[in-house]
Amino acid sequence: MNQLDGVFGALADPTRRAILARLSSGDLTVGELAAPFSMSQPAVSRHLKVLESAGLISRSRRATARLSHIEPEPLKEASDWLARYRRLWEGRYEQLDELLETLKASAPDGAARSEGDVP
Amino acid sequence: MTTRTVAPLKVIAEPGMPFVGSERTFDAPRDLVFRCWSEPDLLRQWLGPKRLTMRIDEWNFRDGGRYRYVHVDDDGTEYGFHGVFHGEQSADRMTQTFEFEGAPGHVSLDRLELVDLGGGRTLVRTHSVYQSVEARDAMVDSGMADGMEQGYQQLDALLADLGKR
Repeated sequence: MNQLDGVFGALADPTRRAILARLSSGDLTVGELAAPFSMSQPAVSRHLKVLESAGLISRSRRATARLSHIEPEPLKEASDWLARYRRLWEGRYEQLDELLETLKASAPDGAARSEGDVP
Repeated sequence: MTTRTVAPLKVIAEPGMPFVGSERTFDAPRDLVFRCWSEPDLLRQWLGPKRLTMRIDEWNFRDGGRYRYVHVDDDGTEYGFHGVFHGEQSADRMTQTFEFEGAPGHVSLDRLELVDLGGGRTLVRTHSVYQSVEARDAMVDSGMADGMEQGYQQLDALLADLGKR
């Protein structure tokens, strides 16, 4: 599994997205993260492990508690990758939109042509 | 007169799966859309990136027929693509293999379906299968091929969650 799959796999779960959203306002302990969810701390810890192995968070120690910290870089990479794909095909399809408009305007009966009639 | 509806491109993919799909609606009848995919003179006018010239060397649009086209840069650099059409080619289903000559042997199997939505509108649906997830991602990263996205919805959802903060 490559890094992007790890990122998307981690993001596929709504609890993990909610955890990331909460971490976007600042670092939190497992206990603080578990509080709003009807979920045990070990269950939250399992989600944090998935997020950590995807590189979406890092963890450090504060006294006896482990703090989770959001790492924005993999998210940026994922969104850049999606943006490249989208740009590529949206660009092509906008050109196709233009061509179709031209064809409709210049040959209103163009659509009547047989589908098998290909050079 | 037609009212131009901007239909966003929908991209479908799942983490860890070497597939990519997309859907996009066009404000034109199916036969016309089919011609734009199947006639080289029309295909050439939209498939290539705007800054590149597209040249179609071979286009044998039938079962077992081969195609090859090239995108040419300003400085003459050529990016070649080729493959073979499989099965009867129609607006219902066009199937072909696809290979970027910059990565020989990394072949995808691409299917295209055109759905008549009525009212002169057509849905274009694509589905591509790669040999591995890495190959799929590399296709997108090369910026030249039918790569795919995965998990747009997850990212959208996350961005929405983040936006609420």
